[in-house]
Amino acid sequence: MAAAALLRRLPAARAPATAFMAARPISDSTATLTIETSIPFTAHLVDPPSRDVTTTPAELMTFFRDMSLMRRMEIAADSLYKAKLIRGFCHLYDGQEAVAVGMEAAITRSDSIITAYRDHCTYLARGGDLVSAFAELMGREGGCSRGKGGSMHFYKKDANFYGGHGIVGAQGQLFEALNISALWKLPAILVCENNHYGMGTAEWRAAKSPAYYKRGDYVPGLKVDGMDVLAVKQACKFAKDHAVANGPIVLEMDTYRYHGHSMSDPGSTYRTRDEISGVRQERDPIERVRKLIYAHDLATAAELKDMEKEIRKDVDAAIAKAKEISMPDTSELFTNVYKKGYGVESFGPDRKEMRATLP
Amino acid sequence: MLGVARRRLGSGTVLGQLMQTLRPAAAPRTYSAAAKEITVREALNSALDEEMSADPSVFLMGEEVGEYQGAYKISKGLLDKYGPDRVLDTPITEAGFTGIGVGAAYHGLRPIVEFMTFNFSMQAIDHIINSAAKSNYMSAGQISVPIVFRGPNGAAAGVGAQHSQCYAAWYAHVPGLKVLTPYSAEDARGLLKAAIRDPDPVVFLENELLYGESFPVSAEALDSSFCLPIGKAKIERQGKDVTITAFSKMVGYALQAADILAKEGISAEVINLRSIRPLDRAAINASVRKTNRLVTVEEGFPQHGVGAEICMAVVEDSFEYLDAPVERIAGADVPMPYAANLERMAVPQVEDIVRAAKRACYRAVPMAATA
Repeated sequence: MAAAALLRRLPAARAPATAFMAARPISDSTATLTIETSIPFTAHLVDPPSRDVTTTPAELMTFFRDMSLMRRMEIAADSLYKAKLIRGFCHLYDGQEAVAVGMEAAITRSDSIITAYRDHCTYLARGGDLVSAFAELMGREGGCSRGKGGSMHFYKKDANFYGGHGIVGAQGQLFEALNISALWKLPAILVCENNHYGMGTAEWRAAKSPAYYKRGDYVPGLKVDGMDVLAVKQACKFAKDHAVANGPIVLEMDTYRYHGHSMSDPGSTYRTRDEISGVRQERDPIERVRKLIYAHDLATAAELKDMEKEIRKDVDAAIAKAKEISMPDTSELFTNVYKKGYGVESFGPDRKEMRATLP
Repeated sequence: MLGVARRRLGSGTVLGQLMQTLRPAAAPRTYSAAAKEITVREALNSALDEEMSADPSVFLMGEEVGEYQGAYKISKGLLDKYGPDRVLDTPITEAGFTGIGVGAAYHGLRPIVEFMTFNFSMQAIDHIINSAAKSNYMSAGQISVPIVFRGPNGAAAGVGAQHSQCYAAWYAHVPGLKVLTPYSAEDARGLLKAAIRDPDPVVFLENELLYGESFPVSAEALDSSFCLPIGKAKIERQGKDVTITAFSKMVGYALQAADILAKEGISAEVINLRSIRPLDRAAINASVRKTNRLVTVEEGFPQHGVGAEICMAVVEDSFEYLDAPVERIAGADVPMPYAANLERMAVPQVEDIVRAAKRACYRAVPMAATA
């Protein structure tokens, strides 16, 4: 198995020095590794989980690959938007990858996820593929919502991913959700991806208390370094066990988005470029895992670079494929209005010219 | 040159009406260098500025209106000029800040509450309807609510189902609210100023795609005392064969349709409604009594829409004047799709308006003549 892995993973041409190094394949070992999180967890109304996270070399490699794929997808989406192949709104997740990836490591596909508009990577983490993601962004029929939803409305019901929603923000609704889930002991985890800005408004201007993990009041909470995928995994594992046994729990993921709020927002009028590059330098989630991989000798720099090159190719290939997919058939204007339409009629702008029966 | 003269004279005077008929066939924006042009964005910004300057009780509140200079830059410069007590950046909490706005209006301040789009107003709709619209009635006149709710309404480009809805019919349904829909820069200035000065809650429905469009404005419209009456439509283009009613962005489409129809010998009268509630029933009926045919145009969903109300207004007051069934052009009866080709099919196009107007005009033609 190891030999096959060796053959699969090594590129054809190798310099002599690296050929010697390549005798140790990129690790897919499932031997346990215990790694400390960057910082301890801060807890509200509950004892925090340990800072020591168990993982495996294989899992770390998967983390690296998955986050790199997400990073590349979002950067490619930026270019596609500027080339006007993506229209409307486009909210990018680069910087926040550890949250989507760490979460999936702690839960299963029978657990349900629902999120807001910054949903491309959540879709990928739930098993979505690149082609359907890009096709959706470009409004093609091969998209995950057949081109009818767009960037903010990715769904994957068969993986219990409920979207993908554009309307956010009402704080009163948060309190209602907390109250009812606590009252009825619902196994719900309320995750706040705290990237510190609500569009152009910094959190200190928008929230009297920035301690969102305490916002649940009678509902316990945990504050997590959202740029540390292992911390995210640990917190989510802890939260799932807690929620199933005791009811709701809040997770505040301290994370950061490199892009502005959306592609219409430069992201630099309300924060400094130094701040952005500082986070990239000190806390980038992919770089953190890269360092761990080196520290535990799981792969070489060249191997990781090759992996990134391959990911880049995969993303480019997916975009090329998505571009070939046609726009939805015009009949799709009238499909899926209802699940059961009772044969009523629906109309286009000129009802004498365009109408359809809803089955 | 003719255009400038027409604007100065207005359509109310005999000479003005004469100038209207001498109007060149080109689209209504070819003017001499003397006419000033401003964008709708500039018109709204200047109206806000002037009203805030004139009345210290007027203040603006909403997401990104201050430091960000406005999500669509409508409130650019206002924070610097008036300070944080009069231009308030709110957290993303529509129900919260709408409630505070209505409360401020109860106490006699004159808030302008901005929704980044009217889709988000649904988070606060209970305050708009139950706390604002009905208060004067329920309190037998003790509590009036001089508040303006403003922001972009309707479809933009490619923003999908949750960000494209038109709320004109929803808000115009409610007694106690006034609902205004500017089209041109002059509309934007005059109607916003009127809304801010009005003692009742006004829903002011702008359009994102119109913000960057330039329109000529008269010196009168640029004056800080300029105000347009609420509840009065504007005849944008006089005609005699068919009446086309429209509001907001669709006015531009109706005018384009009228140009096309003119080439085919159909003279269309285009009414820019400006006010959905109160609806200028008198102007609409007067026009239909003249043309005998009506096409209503709107962007929103068709069922229970503005066109349905206009049709009924004409049936009630001018039934015997109709020579053809009323035609209705509206957005498709489906949530707004994202894909570009589907979106184009979901929103009225100029050719839809032309087609409906032709139907309204040929309906009276005997069948033999069409064979």
